[in-house]
Amino acid sequence: MALAKQTVEGDKAVKETKKRQHLDRLPVASLLLGVLSAIGMMISMWLIFVYTPVDALQGEPQRIFYLHVPMAWIGMFAYVVMTVAGIVYLFNADERVDWIARASAEVGFVFLTITLILGMLWGKPIWGAWWVWDPKLTAALILWFMYVGYIMLRSYWGRNRESGRVGAVIGIIGIIDVPIIYMSVLWWRGQHPAPISDLPPQATLTLLVTLVSVTLLACFLMVQAYQLQRLQTLAQRLRASVE
Amino acid sequence: MRDTAIFWQQVWAILWKDIRYELRSTQTWLSMGMFALLVLVIFNFTFDLRVNNVKAVAPGVLWIAFIFASLLGLGRTIAAERERSILDRLLLTPVDRKVIYLAKLVGNMLCIGVVEIVALPIFVLLFNFDIAIIGDLIPIVLLGTVGLASIGTLFSVMAAATRARELLLPVLVFPLVVPVIISAVQATSLVLSPAINEPPWLGLLIAFDIIFLSVSTLTFQFVVEE
Repeated sequence: MALAKQTVEGDKAVKETKKRQHLDRLPVASLLLGVLSAIGMMISMWLIFVYTPVDALQGEPQRIFYLHVPMAWIGMFAYVVMTVAGIVYLFNADERVDWIARASAEVGFVFLTITLILGMLWGKPIWGAWWVWDPKLTAALILWFMYVGYIMLRSYWGRNRESGRVGAVIGIIGIIDVPIIYMSVLWWRGQHPAPISDLPPQATLTLLVTLVSVTLLACFLMVQAYQLQRLQTLAQRLRASVE
Repeated sequence: MRDTAIFWQQVWAILWKDIRYELRSTQTWLSMGMFALLVLVIFNFTFDLRVNNVKAVAPGVLWIAFIFASLLGLGRTIAAERERSILDRLLLTPVDRKVIYLAKLVGNMLCIGVVEIVALPIFVLLFNFDIAIIGDLIPIVLLGTVGLASIGTLFSVMAAATRARELLLPVLVFPLVVPVIISAVQATSLVLSPAINEPPWLGLLIAFDIIFLSVSTLTFQFVVEE
């Protein structure tokens, strides 16, 4: 697995002299986050499948909850990061902000997809249906489509200022969906379970540890995606300078 | 006050240009009207529309016809513009970008409105409703059109700049107009078969219209500016 390295932006001459130093520098952030998230996820898996007792009402499928909830939070939070980065980009066209936005979109999309899949896997034994048109699920699906639209549009538009601005607009328009997803169980009647307050202590511990691990994993993937965006931009520039 | 007057004069100028263009070509409205009619008729065959089923299915059928006809209209008007660089020339004029957006919005609403004028009587006839409900349906249809058109206009300009514009427009528009569609369909269904203790669908429709209209108007400039 190739870990992404971080480099300092600067003019070409400085870059040349620092090149050798960059190759020798370790990707500290990537390594640290990678190791921590790996350890964290392993601990989480043990906690979820071994440590936590079986739910009395739902049985084994209840264990999906411990993964599903943190991933959903990351999926929603990543959209917020994407939108905020987009708005910042509208006022200050720094390409690094744009890289953050695109990286966040990719990571958030993956996590939201996993959330929906885990949700469906939970829904089939509990509700008897893979999918229901519940407000929370519908809103989550809408967010998923917003991610798809964002990634597709940015991909078609290419790497330029206009692309970043258009992405910001999509983020702004879809951002209202995030609180709707979160608050829908409180506002409307539906099948999705409401937030639980009286979890047993083992379940609370498992949920919190899994939340931390999944967040570390998301940060690790964000760093990789960010560096990937940076490298893709540099590659495009190199190609343009050669042609 | 003078600035407001100038603003709306500019909107009218661009809108009138679009209307004259449409009147001279008569391609878009005609095909959109035919498309809406066809969708309504096809649904007649696809569902088992006996009397007791009709009222449950009818609102959805009507709004599907409107959605697809409006997507068609949105895609075609903006593709035609891009081919002739009309949008670029409009951007050269010293008008606020909101003016361009509002003119395009009203133009699209008129387009969809023509389709709705054609489709509503046919809907009532095909589904055997009382003619009087058209009057009750008009506010809902208008509000739904505002929601559809505001999002659709913004995204049709966005998608028009890309290669896959016809594919991308539905992907972008559908998820966002879902709340508008849900509210509109439920409100229509309340008109066709009144019920009590229902959520305030019309209020929800108005709320979403306000949100989408304001956000689209304010963000349009970022979409078209280079």
